[in-house]
Amino acid sequence: MDERSSEIALIHKAQALNLKKEHRRQSFWVALMWLFGLITVSILILVVGYVLLKGGTAINWEFLTTPPKGGLSGEGGISTTIGTTFYLVGLTLLIATPLGVGAAMFLIEYAGEQSLGSKFLRSMISIANFAVETLAGIPSIIYGLFGYALFVSTLKFGFSLLSAALAGACLVLPTIIRTTEEALLAVPDDYRRGSLALGATKWQTLYRVVLPASTPGIITGIILSVGRVISETAIFYVTLGGSYRMPTSVMDSGRTLALHLYYLAMDTRAFDKAMGTGAVLVVMIILINLLIDFVSRKLTAGVRRVR
Amino acid sequence: MNDTKLETINYSLYYGKFRALKDISIKIPKNKVTALIGPSGCGKSTFLRSFNRMNDLIPGVHTEGSVLIDGEDIFKVDPVALRQNVGMVFQKPNPFPKSIFENIAYGPRVTGLKDHHKLEEIVERSLRSAALWDEVKDNLGKSGLDLSGGQQQRMCIARALAVEPTVILMDEPAASLDPIATLKIEDLIHELSANYTIVIVTHNMQQAGRVADFTAFFYTDESRTGQLVEFDETKKIFTSPRDRRTEDYITGRFG
Repeated sequence: MDERSSEIALIHKAQALNLKKEHRRQSFWVALMWLFGLITVSILILVVGYVLLKGGTAINWEFLTTPPKGGLSGEGGISTTIGTTFYLVGLTLLIATPLGVGAAMFLIEYAGEQSLGSKFLRSMISIANFAVETLAGIPSIIYGLFGYALFVSTLKFGFSLLSAALAGACLVLPTIIRTTEEALLAVPDDYRRGSLALGATKWQTLYRVVLPASTPGIITGIILSVGRVISETAIFYVTLGGSYRMPTSVMDSGRTLALHLYYLAMDTRAFDKAMGTGAVLVVMIILINLLIDFVSRKLTAGVRRVR
Repeated sequence: MNDTKLETINYSLYYGKFRALKDISIKIPKNKVTALIGPSGCGKSTFLRSFNRMNDLIPGVHTEGSVLIDGEDIFKVDPVALRQNVGMVFQKPNPFPKSIFENIAYGPRVTGLKDHHKLEEIVERSLRSAALWDEVKDNLGKSGLDLSGGQQQRMCIARALAVEPTVILMDEPAASLDPIATLKIEDLIHELSANYTIVIVTHNMQQAGRVADFTAFFYTDESRTGQLVEFDETKKIFTSPRDRRTEDYITGRFG
């Protein structure tokens, strides 16, 4: 055996030793990550499970179908708050969806080319983009304060579904704009070029090809917004008021499930009712997340087929 | 000689300050196949896009000289109307995420046709012209994305035909296809040339030899500005090129 081959044998031996060590090191880190993962999942299961178990006993048909009695006792059910939640979600999205989708379409499809010639327009558009980024990270109570100042007092809409929906629309607008922007950006330029080359106008291209292709993404943004409106409290505390009656017009006050939960927990001793309301809320959120999952899976399936 | 369908006179194109095409004058004959060949980056695809004003979509592009179709300045024509007359097939097949039927009916629909019976007629005629009808006639409702690459490309050709253009621009239409699908496309180009003026960009010298009646050789030097070196009948370009650079290129000495 010459010198070189014995040297190589030594290197191989050292490599084998090192590999054993690396395997041990890897096992350690993987085990640690498993642990962290398990802790996170357990916390989630614990919270959701606790609310569902505790709250589940309070839920029955009567609880779901009778209105709250009001007052400090916290007696009664949650029927009107479920109704108010649906009204508010519907009204908020009715305002926010066209605004958000329209704004995103402008920013992605038109702003670039229209601002080419003008420095002023270009800086306006970069400000708009920055504003969307920033607005997405602002705490909801700020929107609440703004909504209170503008819609409730200045415009004299009072504590009402309308004030709350307008403030809520401000809250979810960044979400809708961002998800729509991403959905539009995900549409391959090949589609746009193909359509234009066939003699379609830009608007026909957008309306007939780009928008249909980005619909699943836009719907994801809308569903995310639904979840946001269902789960927010602070913003609606200062815009929707707290009436436990069923609103009969958009100028009526009301309380959503989450808001009702807040009142129950803070102002009454009806802890079981609060838990029951929480359980209903959690189930609603879970259903919405399943819906998002379903829709976005459809979206990615569509994208994969393009490749 | 032949009627001229497309013509450029001292045509130059700039991306911002960069000059991508320089002083190109060419007369492309009607109802013939003209191939644009040349090394990568010589501007032949850019030149192709000049005929349906797709370069207008790229920020910072401006041009000098003129481009004529049937003797008319294309910059005086509404680009949307121009593109209904000058169809285009892209390098990568780009079917819309719609059914085969809707892909073909797209062009007629955007030009205002609503009558379903008429649309059915157009879809069948276009698919027949693109030699795809027999393969898809029972599955017109199937997504265009589910077709094979070669079928997708023929569908894109059918889609372009459905608008009744007189010119079809093809930007390396077979570059992403296997040899058999490529042959089918080439046969198709040959058939279509009876009724359409076809301009095709290709990297494949044999392809130019097989399908093109005329061939234009583009070349670029260190300046990266594309220029037209030679334009003639394909036979002459391949057997007795006048320019040394053309000869070097087609004999495979560079590029």
